[in-house]
Amino acid sequence: MTGDTGGRPLIELEGIAKHFGEGETRVEALRGITLAVGPGEVVGLLGPSGSGKTTLLNVIGCVLEPSAGRMVLDGETVYDGRWTRRDLRQLRLRKIGFVFQFHNLLPFLDSTDNVALVLDLAGLPVAEARRRANELLDYLEVGHRRHAFPAALSGGEAQRVAIARALANRPRIILADEPTAALDSSRARVVVDLLRRLAVEQRAAILVVTHDEKIYDRFDRIFHLRDGALEVERPLTRSRRKS
Amino acid sequence: MNLAYRDIRHHRGRFLLTCLGLGLLLAVVLSMLGIYRGLVADALTLVRAPAVDVWVVESGTRGPFAEASRIPGDTREAIARLHGVAAAGSLTYQSVETRHRGRRLRLQVVGYEPGRPGGPPRIVEGRPIARSHYEMIADRASGLLPGDRVRLGRNIFTVVGLTENLVSSGGDPVVHLTLRDSQELQFELAPSAARRQMARGTAPGSTDFVNAVVVRTRPEIAPERVAETIRRWRRLSALTRAEQERVLTRSVVDKARKQIGFFTTLLLVVSAVIIALIIYTMTMDKLREIATLKLIGAPDRTIVGLVLQQALAMGILGYTFGALLILAVADHFPRRVILRPEDGLGLGIAVFLVCLLASGLGVRLALSVDPAAALRG
Ligand SMILES: Nc1ncnc2c1ncn2[C@@H]1O[C@H](COP(=O)(O)OP(=O)(O)OP(=O)(O)O)[C@@H](O)[C@H]1O
Ligand SMILES: [Mg+2]
Repeated sequence: MTGDTGGRPLIELEGIAKHFGEGETRVEALRGITLAVGPGEVVGLLGPSGSGKTTLLNVIGCVLEPSAGRMVLDGETVYDGRWTRRDLRQLRLRKIGFVFQFHNLLPFLDSTDNVALVLDLAGLPVAEARRRANELLDYLEVGHRRHAFPAALSGGEAQRVAIARALANRPRIILADEPTAALDSSRARVVVDLLRRLAVEQRAAILVVTHDEKIYDRFDRIFHLRDGALEVERPLTRSRRKS
Repeated sequence: MNLAYRDIRHHRGRFLLTCLGLGLLLAVVLSMLGIYRGLVADALTLVRAPAVDVWVVESGTRGPFAEASRIPGDTREAIARLHGVAAAGSLTYQSVETRHRGRRLRLQVVGYEPGRPGGPPRIVEGRPIARSHYEMIADRASGLLPGDRVRLGRNIFTVVGLTENLVSSGGDPVVHLTLRDSQELQFELAPSAARRQMARGTAPGSTDFVNAVVVRTRPEIAPERVAETIRRWRRLSALTRAEQERVLTRSVVDKARKQIGFFTTLLLVVSAVIIALIIYTMTMDKLREIATLKLIGAPDRTIVGLVLQQALAMGILGYTFGALLILAVADHFPRRVILRPEDGLGLGIAVFLVCLLASGLGVRLALSVDPAAALRG
């Protein structure tokens, strides 16, 4: 079951390859990746260490240039043998939200401003940005920590603030690299359920890299990476569906 | 949302401490500049004080400051009769050491003829010398006050007036005595053998020697012409005011000036390197945040602004600390420290440029950060 919408996929990769180095030191990090993720979908990306998960996320996040293939994000061809779009930064700002393994909040801004920053960068007046940020924090149930600096937040709180930041510009694509690694299993589930809720509500495509078996059952689909190549997609046996 | 300011505010303790350290360093640079200016000014005060046009000294010397000069005491009368001379006065120069209130006091004694050129330029407290013996005008730098009594040689002198900012090129405060008193002092302090000779009259002449005669020329006569005339006399040599200042600058000030100049340059270079290092480290400390900013889509302008604004804030704050500090302590230096606005401005501009250049380094580093670095653990 691929989301609940017809619509065209938000992430489309066709034969994406990425290698590092040349000759002796050449590493084929990704080989011929073809996949599609539609709106409202939460997809897990699994694989052993070194299999290319982070590399794939970087490619989709437009921070790493693929070596070959074709990539279409939200209907826009972004890579086709070369970057077709000059302003990747704007693209990242408007369309992609990142959630990191380590929350990567800016230590010198409080929760509100960490979230408000991306709205500010997108051109919203500061007061409006802060108002929206606080709404998001409330929605993620960390509103009571809005004035706290990241150093004073617990792992789960920090991760939720980071998710709020990833969502602030209502991106259609959310990429998360081991977002639950720093959390205990019950909180990890809460985070993934939250992402799931967002996927549905904001009609976003969400790709989550994880090692965490306890949350496998929370994904709509799971991609398995091995040595840079996608293994056959395994259908999930889910005990229950929410959406 | 100003990220530079927010980051500084978050680490304000560390930032202020850094600025304070930089301020101390810049205060040292400023004080070196002030000491340098003070040295040059001090060296020339003694030459400039009498405000005369021509210096007459012993032939073959460049006295009386750079070399010893001794000319007969009656030279002044002969000079005064020359065409173009408005006024002339005899002067003696010598260093003496004495004690006052249990403190050692080194003084530069100037003997002059009251009423003729060569006396103290301006009396800031008390009165000029009125009696022909045992009165003196002292410089404030000596710590003496009107009414104080000081022993010089065999006699006790009473301070009757004070001058300001009059010191020898070595930094010793100047005291003015009458020519007669100073000649007596010179005689007393001469080596005993020479003294006996002089007393017997077997030495060249009597005790009536002076070190220089200073001349004020008539406005319609070029000082150079008067000097020319005097140079034709066999036993005399003459220097115009400009020549005298040049001689003094070359012989007395130049080495010290080069020394301090070199040291100041070194300090400036050290400060520049330190500023550059601080800014570079400040950027290094933030690489992860910078990568995150890039990843979430912050434009280069935001990142350049972050580095640049912090660098400039540090430069401005450090400079302000330094300037305030030096203004507060300048008067407590043992020798004159002259803080010239143009020196302060020059250093300010230098600091600004160094900050700008150094943040260029930081900016290059910041812009080269791979946004993917934020995704790595
Ligand atoms: N910048 C790089 N230069 C050279 N090789 C790289 C670079 N980045 C990744 N690789 C290589 O590409 C392969 C895939 O790396 P990647 O980081 O994507 O793995 P991963 O699946 O995220 O592993 P992990 O689970 O440990 O995070 C690895 O062999 C890695 O050594
Ligand atoms: Mg990884």
